[in-house]
Amino acid sequence: MTSTEEKQKSSFHHRRFILVMLLLGSLLLLGLVLNVSTGSVTIPPGDILRMLWNAVLGKRTGSTQENILLLIRLPRLLLAGILGGALAVSGFLLQSFFRNPIAGPFVLGISNGAKMVVGLTMIFFSGFLRGAGSFALVLAAFVGALMITLLVLLFSQKVRNMSMLLVVGIMVGYICSAVTDFCITFANEQDIVNLTSWSMGTFCGAGWDDVKTAVWICVPTVLAAWLLSKPMWAYSLGEGYAQSMGLAIKLFRIALILLSSLLSACVTALAGPVSFLGIAVPHITRTLLKSSKPALAIPATFLCGSVFCVLCDLIARTAFAPTELAIGTVTSAFGAPVVIYMMVRRRRQEEG
Amino acid sequence: MAYFETRDLTVGYDGKPLIHDINLCIEKGTITTLIGPNGAGKSTILKTITRHLAKIYGTVFLDGNLISVQTSRKLAKKLAVVLTDRVRPELMTCAEVVSMGRYPYTNLVGKLTPEDRAIVTDALRRVGAEDLAQRDFLTLSDGQRQRILLARAICQEPEVLVLDEPTAYLDIRYKMELLDILRQMAREKGITVILSLHEIDFALKLSDNLICVKGDTIYAFGSPEEILRHHSIEDLYNMETGSYNRLFGSVELKKPVGKPRVFVIAGNGFGAKVYRRLQRAQIPFATGILFENDIDAQIAWELSDQVVTAPAFEPMTQEQVDAAAKILVQCERVIHSGTPTGSLNQANESLLRIARENGIPIFREEDTAWNR
Repeated sequence: MTSTEEKQKSSFHHRRFILVMLLLGSLLLLGLVLNVSTGSVTIPPGDILRMLWNAVLGKRTGSTQENILLLIRLPRLLLAGILGGALAVSGFLLQSFFRNPIAGPFVLGISNGAKMVVGLTMIFFSGFLRGAGSFALVLAAFVGALMITLLVLLFSQKVRNMSMLLVVGIMVGYICSAVTDFCITFANEQDIVNLTSWSMGTFCGAGWDDVKTAVWICVPTVLAAWLLSKPMWAYSLGEGYAQSMGLAIKLFRIALILLSSLLSACVTALAGPVSFLGIAVPHITRTLLKSSKPALAIPATFLCGSVFCVLCDLIARTAFAPTELAIGTVTSAFGAPVVIYMMVRRRRQEEG
Repeated sequence: MAYFETRDLTVGYDGKPLIHDINLCIEKGTITTLIGPNGAGKSTILKTITRHLAKIYGTVFLDGNLISVQTSRKLAKKLAVVLTDRVRPELMTCAEVVSMGRYPYTNLVGKLTPEDRAIVTDALRRVGAEDLAQRDFLTLSDGQRQRILLARAICQEPEVLVLDEPTAYLDIRYKMELLDILRQMAREKGITVILSLHEIDFALKLSDNLICVKGDTIYAFGSPEEILRHHSIEDLYNMETGSYNRLFGSVELKKPVGKPRVFVIAGNGFGAKVYRRLQRAQIPFATGILFENDIDAQIAWELSDQVVTAPAFEPMTQEQVDAAAKILVQCERVIHSGTPTGSLNQANESLLRIARENGIPIFREEDTAWNR
């Protein structure tokens, strides 16, 4: 193999990356259009563009259709897109951290930990929250996510076996859920009105404020994660090799955990727990790319997460309209089978 | 000061010293091998040198600089490793694994320059794995994986290469190929190689220096010749069964014990396979008459207590025949290994005659009935 051949091969990876990005991009566009136009009020795609253009020019008519588009559907859609991508990247980071494709914020109990602290905050500090808005919720979720991540890490030093760690993570997740449910049972009815629908996981009721918060948190975090692609790739050869190549392991691990927790916390705070998306999407992306190179996989994972989440939200919203499904219900239905398939395939690989 | 030096180094885990007073001087471009029994602490020493483990006491110098104060990136340009860790990267081609070796040289996002790519290709060529470049690393056999990991280390362009049991899990051909590559790297590129090996025979033939680790200290350090002159391999490994032949660098399994039941007439290398068959059946035997420079003698001494030998380059004498005959008449049978008789070893013909006169059955080497 000569160096030119190798170059061709690496440009094959890049070509594939561009193809995948184009595919995901058009799927996202399709998802966006479908999502905006369908629902109790149908808005023809042609009108969407016109209304958007008018909104940009500041010539809003104030029609019902326009309000539905600009105040309800559009922010919801954007939030689903951003948070879906963020959660997928969060999963990707955790998988890099544990060097195992079956890690994710939901199965390790991190989402439920975030949910617990957010729930407690909503119940006990509801007065304070009204002033602070969604940033305070994200902060609470971040505390919860970090707490559970550190707990799982503590266990991971005792149990080297990944399946054991997953069992621990799932159990911790249940404990957190139990605490949340316990508090809900004894909380003021007034406080739990928001809480119950939120704790199921939904994008319903998303506003522009939420979108802003999500952008402010997720965009820099994902960028920072992308800047860690080089050490992340080296880390996939194992700690020993990574260290011998000059990687500052401790710092890197801390950065990975912080970024991943921040992303999953943001999702949990703004939309509630969304299950299996964090495991399934990075896997789908790697399979599409035929590569796990983080420099390519992180942007593709983000995009793929957006598509997945937007389409799942479409299903959640329209499948049994006017009843809405929880977003977690739909992501589980599509995500869990992917996870089962991965586990079975991995087992076969290990035996074979 | 030598190129690579340790002074009063103490190594161990969790602050508990395991091996102390490690004082090594290693010259540039040499191969140094750590040998010693399982669990002796070979890996602990190597991991301390590579800074994977914190040292407990002492200093390590590389090219006149303290290793402990260098930044990890700077050290990474000087020292590369092949570890025993199991590597399981998802969806990574071999070329990608090898290109990781460029880590300390590439920019923030790890972009490979054309020079980097050329170095990757060269490293793959050096280990003879060009054709594996685009294969998924996880689909490789153990031998191929080890070669790719070696190429990764070479790609790091180190001055010192540290390998922890690189030949484990490899078959004989891959073992030899791998060690040959190390020799080339040392000779052609002046890379200083420090490794641990289980195969004592390879260690003696490959290394410029041996470090024998035993107990809580370095049992011996020096060239293979020096080590063999002063120490026995049996002692180093606490071998209670079998033996190690210094001249051949070969091992023999447990010697059959007891009064000899078979007398083997041997010489000129014809006896060796008979000895080994008897060893497998654990039948104690005597043998003779062998010239001291005969290769049969080397193996006979490892496997039998009753070896009748004659000084080389002289005809055999009547005393030697008498000594052999005395043992032979006590045996149940004689095996004639097929050694040819010339003017200097007529004595073997006399032994055959004595056997016939005493009614002791004589078998040929190829006769399978001899051990019934």
